Amino acid sequence: MNHERIVGTAVPRKEGREKVTGKAVYVDDMVLPGMLYGATVRSQIPRGRIKKITFETSVAWSEFVIVSAKDIPGKNCIALIGDDQPCLASDSINHPEEPVLLLAHPDRHALRKAVDAVSIEYNPLPAIFTMEESERGSEIVWGTDNVFKTYLIQKGNVDDVWSRADYIIEGEYSTGAQEQLYIENNGMVAAYDAKQGITVWGSLQCPYYVHKALMALCDLPAEKVRVVQMETGGAFGGKEDYPSMIAGHAALLAMKSGKPVKIVYDRAEDMAATTKRHPSRTRHRTALSRDGKILGGEIEFTIDGGAYATLSSVVLSRGAIHAGGPYYWPSVRIRAKAVATNAPPHGAFRGFGGPQSIFAMERHMDRIAQVVGLSPVEIRRRNFLQPGQTTTTEQVVRELIDLGKLLDRAISVSEYQTKKQEFAIENGTGATKKGIGIAAFLHGAGFTGSGERYLSSVVGVEGCADGGVRILVSSTEFGQGTKTVLCQIAAEALGLRYEDVTIAQPDTTEVPNSGPTVASRTVMVVGKLVESAARGIHQTLKLSGMLGDSYSAEEFRAACQAYVAGHGQLRSWAQYDPPPDVFWDDEKYRGEAYAAYSWAVYIAEVSVDLTTYSVSVNDFVALQEVGRVLHPVLAIGQIVGGVAQGIGFALFEKVIWQQGRMQNNQMTNYIMPTSSDLPPIRVFFEELGNVHGAFGAKGIGELPMDGPAPAIVNAIEDALGVRFDSIPLMPEDIYDAITARSLRGEDEVASVIR
Amino acid sequence: MSSSGEDRSKSEISFTVNGEQKTVLAFPMERLLDVLRLQLGLTGAKEGCGEGECGSCSLLMDGTLVNSCLVPALQAQGASIVTIEGLDASAGSQRLQEAFLECGGAQCGICTPGMILAASHLLNKNPRPTLEEIKEGLSGNLCRCTGYLQIFEAIATAAGRETAASS
Amino acid sequence: MRSDPKDYELVAPGSLQAAVGLLARSPGEWLPIAGGTDVMVQYAAGKLPSRKLVSIWNLAELRSIEVLANEIRLGAGCTYTNIREHGVIGREFPMLSSAARWTGGIANQNRGTLGGNIVNASPAADSLPALLAYDAELILISVRGERRLPYAGFHAGYKKTKLAPDELIRAVCLPRRFSGYVCHARKVGSRNAQAISKVCMAALGRVAGQTVEDVHIAVGSVAPVPLRLSETELMLRGKVINESLVSAAKKMAVAEIRPIDDIRSTAKYRAAVTGNLVAEFLNLLSADGKA
Repeated sequence: MNHERIVGTAVPRKEGREKVTGKAVYVDDMVLPGMLYGATVRSQIPRGRIKKITFETSVAWSEFVIVSAKDIPGKNCIALIGDDQPCLASDSINHPEEPVLLLAHPDRHALRKAVDAVSIEYNPLPAIFTMEESERGSEIVWGTDNVFKTYLIQKGNVDDVWSRADYIIEGEYSTGAQEQLYIENNGMVAAYDAKQGITVWGSLQCPYYVHKALMALCDLPAEKVRVVQMETGGAFGGKEDYPSMIAGHAALLAMKSGKPVKIVYDRAEDMAATTKRHPSRTRHRTALSRDGKILGGEIEFTIDGGAYATLSSVVLSRGAIHAGGPYYWPSVRIRAKAVATNAPPHGAFRGFGGPQSIFAMERHMDRIAQVVGLSPVEIRRRNFLQPGQTTTTEQVVRELIDLGKLLDRAISVSEYQTKKQEFAIENGTGATKKGIGIAAFLHGAGFTGSGERYLSSVVGVEGCADGGVRILVSSTEFGQGTKTVLCQIAAEALGLRYEDVTIAQPDTTEVPNSGPTVASRTVMVVGKLVESAARGIHQTLKLSGMLGDSYSAEEFRAACQAYVAGHGQLRSWAQYDPPPDVFWDDEKYRGEAYAAYSWAVYIAEVSVDLTTYSVSVNDFVALQEVGRVLHPVLAIGQIVGGVAQGIGFALFEKVIWQQGRMQNNQMTNYIMPTSSDLPPIRVFFEELGNVHGAFGAKGIGELPMDGPAPAIVNAIEDALGVRFDSIPLMPEDIYDAITARSLRGEDEVASVIR
Repeated sequence: MSSSGEDRSKSEISFTVNGEQKTVLAFPMERLLDVLRLQLGLTGAKEGCGEGECGSCSLLMDGTLVNSCLVPALQAQGASIVTIEGLDASAGSQRLQEAFLECGGAQCGICTPGMILAASHLLNKNPRPTLEEIKEGLSGNLCRCTGYLQIFEAIATAAGRETAASS
Repeated sequence: MRSDPKDYELVAPGSLQAAVGLLARSPGEWLPIAGGTDVMVQYAAGKLPSRKLVSIWNLAELRSIEVLANEIRLGAGCTYTNIREHGVIGREFPMLSSAARWTGGIANQNRGTLGGNIVNASPAADSLPALLAYDAELILISVRGERRLPYAGFHAGYKKTKLAPDELIRAVCLPRRFSGYVCHARKVGSRNAQAISKVCMAALGRVAGQTVEDVHIAVGSVAPVPLRLSETELMLRGKVINESLVSAAKKMAVAEIRPIDDIRSTAKYRAAVTGNLVAEFLNLLSADGKA
């Protein structure tokens, strides 16, 4: 057995046929008898206190179910890490999209007029909208100091390095909010009956997050809350925490009305009210030796968390740990801080803090290269982490990664050197300037530090009456291929055909808590558990004498059928067991931050049109080491899709804020790449394997989000000779910078050179 | 409903959907998308943006690709409509669906019905499109998962097989 | 969907005569809707001012493209797809073809109409600079009969037109006298497809050697209405193209427009790009003169 007949091959996507024939059922496709439609009345001001709520008489209010905070049976919060975010505001308003009242009606078209006919009077309070305002503390909008969370990572004694540095190089970098823009808007259906409790069906990533939130909100025991994931039309982190809010709202309306209630946001509401990527600011101060080696540095990483704590502490953690990039820092001090503003809470988005701090690191490397007088290639090569060295959290690199080799291959396949020379000549004349840029980076797979230990995920595999095998996990499919790859793993582990394995639709009454589907953890952590639970099935059959060590798929099926017929059930469970040598200190933020890292070198080629100041990405090379690639087509799909989002992050996707509200909350005005906006994205894998993941896999989902933005902005600087340290980088910004430079007449030299 | 002011009566609107004659009772300004999804249970067309930007609600009306969120029901009177549910029938469509499966053209699946209809519309007009023509043919259909490349590949693959099958 | 369908009336007259008859009975009360690519968007957003709509989609009288000896007469109900697919338009009015290709995705090109684009009167509409550059004329129709007027000047102000409340656009006429002209149209949007223009330009001209004989430059998204840069044109006519002329034209073009800051771009960017596009066009014209 185990000649890996299935893992590593492009089996058909488990739910693919339903998707290509339009038969897959998403939450908005669901209709229950007697179902009402729900809507949310939101605050319209960024901060204040509710004075009075008036229901205008133009609406027949008796036809509506109306829910306010007073109707909440349990605790008025969305239970997550902290419990600071109310489900419905009863008094204080802390951002302009805060839910205040819920309405339900059988005619969905009646709702809009009713929402508009509720007028709320406020005593407004001063609000703050930027990290700088938050840090100044002139208005305290959260806690005692506007600070959700801080981390301090210290390695060596960075205070000693400044005096012996040949260069001290500073830079400040920032990234903007980014909307996940899954094409399926958020939505939930809830139904309640006193005996069974509450059931919600929805578009979501983390069934047990919703479960936990509903228990607290509805004051119900675990067995009276059921959460079912429907087919989910994209998530990217955007359906990690906010679905708990919508589920809570639908549940409250269902409990009050006694009828099923559907809440599906329209695009404008989804974009304005739900989470986005945290805006960030990173400051680097780096000491280097004459030969371009990093001696040490200080990194200050700050993110804007919006009005409530939600996931900011964990986004901050990942961002801080990734802030040093794939480089060796003999000494470093990383100060990380998440601050409050009066915008809707920012949340998870693919990469989860990594794309923010990595943008800064990789822009800073190019800046260092210029000051030191080395090429962007050479500066990276000289500072790459090597096996045996330690990361910023003093985690020893045990993987036999050779970043220099990755870099060489990326340079070669992108024809970096040739293009550099060509562009140097071509750029002399003409209104189009070309450039090429590199980003090298890493991304940790799984929860940070002790996270996986706390999660303690459980996975089940079931032998079925028909002899097939079914996987029981709460890990969700939202396009990445969870179902397909977990079935591959189980089939491989048991020596079955891929078709012999199915996977349960996540339903908390049926599946154990295998943890949230986030953090590039599914294939590596959950996959390993599936492998182990699957082997448990074989163990049971073997111990019962029904199956030997080697068997055909048919023999397995017969044994499984016989066992179930005789015993009623055949189930095997596996629970996460932390590797024994893993050390993590939550206090000092030191140790094994992640069980494994994926590594990558991305190279972007751009041209900048000086007539319109717009940037085209002409070629993109994405080379990564992600352990064993379990499904080549899905893996390429993850990388290309992530790069596309990264290109959007860098060049297109700008949230326009006014008083804490998104102004461009329409697909027409928030610009994501179309089919005509992307270059060829050429994907290459190195496969070193990994002891922690199923069949050697590591995380892949988030990695491709980290590299495109810095690679592209590095390429733009290469093309224009103008520095850009902030994204999204719009043509207007390029115009401004070019104009400013031509007014100054020469390039600025701003670094401190000792 | 009483609060909405004067009620206006619904109209009988007849059209064919996926080859079947249908008559629905609808307000003339109801969106064709809603009529298909809520009255006829054809939920393959999805609402992504409600403003004709994302293409998830694409369908074929008298052989042309349209965004059904922008079509008032009355304008469908007498039309022949094909949705993803009706696309199954032809061999060409099946080739397209198979190619989407094989090449990774569908991830989360929400844009997929619209994408396949746009692709089908493209191949009907232009059986051997170039990459640029494929890109243009899909430019009104947004996909957030795939970065489009595997969709292009799926369409090129289906087009290649189509040509092979017909020669 | 932020409107309630039951609050709206929609009728579909069977002929153009019936449609204008309806408009005449209560002028200003009925909003015409063709392919719905603008009207339905406003409707879904709950921002449609009119509660009574008259469908003019599928009126055969509005869908014809007549090729006459001196002009092409496009029915106002022609879609962008009709325009893109028309051979004579492609050959003689390539900037209109390009504009049709730049407008939305395929589905919207299949439904959006030229007449709709004109009456919607967005300053960012892609086809309008091309119509201005080609000296288009409009035929308007009502029960009072037809009248013909130059398209230039049709837009009276931001989202305002000279269309009377009982009138429809019947046709758009393009004079067939631009063969041999150098054409240059460019759309500057936020992305390569499905974008609303930040600046768009359609320009045509003819040189004898390096001397400008005739020049038309029209721009969109840089003023409350799409604009012909008439002063710049006047200044250019009869002059020899050289660096200082290009630079003067850039300056004059920027002085003629009134760009604004909005959620899509900035006034200074729009001004700079307009100048650059004018320069780009003049350089092409000059290159043609040298060829």
